Amino acid sequence: MKKIMTGNEAIARGAFEAGCTVAAAYPGTPSTEILENIAQYQEIYSEWAPNEKVAVEVVCGASIGGARSLAAMKHVGLNVAADPLFTIAYEGVNGGLVIVTADDPGMHSSQNEQDNRLYAPFAKVAMIEPADSQECKDFVKEAFEISEKFDTPVIFRVSTRVCHSKSLVELGERQEVGVKDYQKNVKKYVMIPAHSRVKHYEVEERLAHLQAYSNRSPLNRIEWGDKKIGIITSGISYQHAKEVFGDQASYLKIGFSFPLPDKMIKKFARMVDKLYIIEENEPYLENYVRILGIDCVGKEFIPRCGELSPEIIRKAFLPQEEKKHYQVDLKVPSRPPVLCAGCPHRGIFYAVSKYKDVVATGDIGCYTLGMMPPLNVTDVVICMGAGISAGLGFQRAALQGGRKEKVFGFIGDSTFFHSGITGLIDAVYNNTPTVMVILDNRITAMTGHQENPGTGRTLMGQPAPVVDIEGIVKAVGIKEENVRVVDPYDLTATQKAVKDAYEATEPFVIITRQPCALIKEVQRKRAGLFCSVNQEKCTKCRACIRTGCPAISFRDNQVVIDQTMCNGCTLCLQVCKFNAVEKVVG
Amino acid sequence: MVKSILLVGVGGQGTILASKILTEGLLRLDYDVKMSEIHGMAQRGGSVTTQIKFGKKVYSPCIGMGEADVIVAFEKVEAVRWLHQLKEGGILLVNDYEIYSLPVLLGQEEYPQNIIERLKDKVENFKAFNAAKIAEDLGNIKAQNIVLLGALIKALNLDGIDWTEVLKEHLPERLHDLNIKALEAGMRV
Repeated sequence: MKKIMTGNEAIARGAFEAGCTVAAAYPGTPSTEILENIAQYQEIYSEWAPNEKVAVEVVCGASIGGARSLAAMKHVGLNVAADPLFTIAYEGVNGGLVIVTADDPGMHSSQNEQDNRLYAPFAKVAMIEPADSQECKDFVKEAFEISEKFDTPVIFRVSTRVCHSKSLVELGERQEVGVKDYQKNVKKYVMIPAHSRVKHYEVEERLAHLQAYSNRSPLNRIEWGDKKIGIITSGISYQHAKEVFGDQASYLKIGFSFPLPDKMIKKFARMVDKLYIIEENEPYLENYVRILGIDCVGKEFIPRCGELSPEIIRKAFLPQEEKKHYQVDLKVPSRPPVLCAGCPHRGIFYAVSKYKDVVATGDIGCYTLGMMPPLNVTDVVICMGAGISAGLGFQRAALQGGRKEKVFGFIGDSTFFHSGITGLIDAVYNNTPTVMVILDNRITAMTGHQENPGTGRTLMGQPAPVVDIEGIVKAVGIKEENVRVVDPYDLTATQKAVKDAYEATEPFVIITRQPCALIKEVQRKRAGLFCSVNQEKCTKCRACIRTGCPAISFRDNQVVIDQTMCNGCTLCLQVCKFNAVEKVVG
Repeated sequence: MVKSILLVGVGGQGTILASKILTEGLLRLDYDVKMSEIHGMAQRGGSVTTQIKFGKKVYSPCIGMGEADVIVAFEKVEAVRWLHQLKEGGILLVNDYEIYSLPVLLGQEEYPQNIIERLKDKVENFKAFNAAKIAEDLGNIKAQNIVLLGALIKALNLDGIDWTEVLKEHLPERLHDLNIKALEAGMRV
């Protein structure tokens, strides 16, 4: 049977067919749907872990315990999980172990453009790269086989256009491999220096075996066309190259991309007149080809920055074929993402925006948008957890420099569980007088509403205990009098909490609690609620518009609230000094 | 011969559902199909694009400058934003409907005037109509995506299958009537 699937759905299907029994992940675009789809297969135990490091450690343990196991994450997630990766690389596996990294060239929804292919040689583990959904499914099965055969974790590297593109997949049956027995073996599974020193030699030996396999693997294949041009490529770049050159070139299509097939590359290079390397971002293939002493053309024509496309390849190699296109001389307004109408984050950002000497360190989530006009609150965003910990450092710099800035660190509920707690402990331990705002909207919102330790439900749909954020905050030592829990829809209470926090001389926590406005249940509950402008009372001061709510506009010399967007959060009503906004219960 | 379709709109307008139905129909017409969507920040009112390519064998899912056989713009300004992707002689279908972005709402940027006229002057195969109004008259503005889908199916002459059957498989039963009417209205435009 054939079915159209995204790459992510196909990876999940591949794990199912391969007999995978344990899977873990932390959500992150473009990888999120892998575990959401795995959760549809009852044969696989699947979970959202609080962060990627935990997810990878869970599957490391599961592999040692004998289960075919898979973890999935976005590219930056592998940075968080790099610690277990580099040592499980020494230990090897029992049940097959596959770690999916989903890179985001073009940064459609990411903070950097790192090319995670570089992790494979660094960690000394095998790497596989599929180019479409069929390969996603087939190669995951192959990845589990390779993992067990060579006793290695396998990095499965995909990118946005592989994850989120749909193409046809031939489905197969599940292979029941069961869970292998566990044999205690401390020389393999306890990495103390004495064992690791031995293991390092074994890892180098394993790489030699893997390289020999790479040269004969069906995952690496040559497609002969015209031999004037030879193209070495992998992943989605293969599809782009194939579209541009068709059979006017020959291809060495790499699917097993670490270790690279040295003999195959040399043979291919000998058979073609000119050698092009077509790859997105880093010159990963190109550097290796050059190490082999082979002359080639690559990054001098193909940019390192941004997402690759057939158009870019055409411009680089066949500029005479550039397509004509239409143009119209109109200035197009930008359409940046914004905090939604009724977003509970708006209230706290609005309240903090009134303090001009506050420096706000933000974090990764919808609330990154607190930097956008008209709120303009956030000063710094680095990575998950840094909303709290980078804030501590900034506060210290300000104190050392004798400056008066007060730091407010912002972090979401899921992100707090991910890596905010350690920063909070630092604040308490070292008594750094910052304010830490935990934006608890009861869901992992940005990636499309995943469950987390605070939602009371697991990935597999089971009820779960709700991890208590206030309890954690108090347990690590934030004093009772330095904690406020507020409803961010209540502007007066929120402003009071911000004022107390601003004046505090000790570590201070504000928890804003109101569920995301887009949660289906919330939408149902608030259906029919909206605000409306009484035009007789309205002075057109536009204070309401300065909350940055996309439901409020100024058209035909009137302030208007779009009733289909508005959910009656009443923030605009509370900022209006003329009582011109009225709440309607429809 | 591979054909490329670009659907552009604003988060929440239903471009992704429309492209799912289109993809399913194209498969039933025995084409190889690739569809690529960019979401992530889409729900937060950003610009959304879905790319669909179909033919005997499709490689890259991406459409570049001057490569789209058809662009369906679910919002006027998005038609202008993505116009450079249209192939010479390609078809441009535009929902004559405005959604102001936040910089426009705040008065920092301006929403351009006379978009329809300007596009009409440039593009030979151009059609603009108010799909939002048509859907609203049928009972729910949200069905504007299906009105646009109907117009697209007609423009590409993708007959030969029963599109209402495909539609039904992607929607709950209570929405069937409305959306079948929307599809038919779109085909008549």
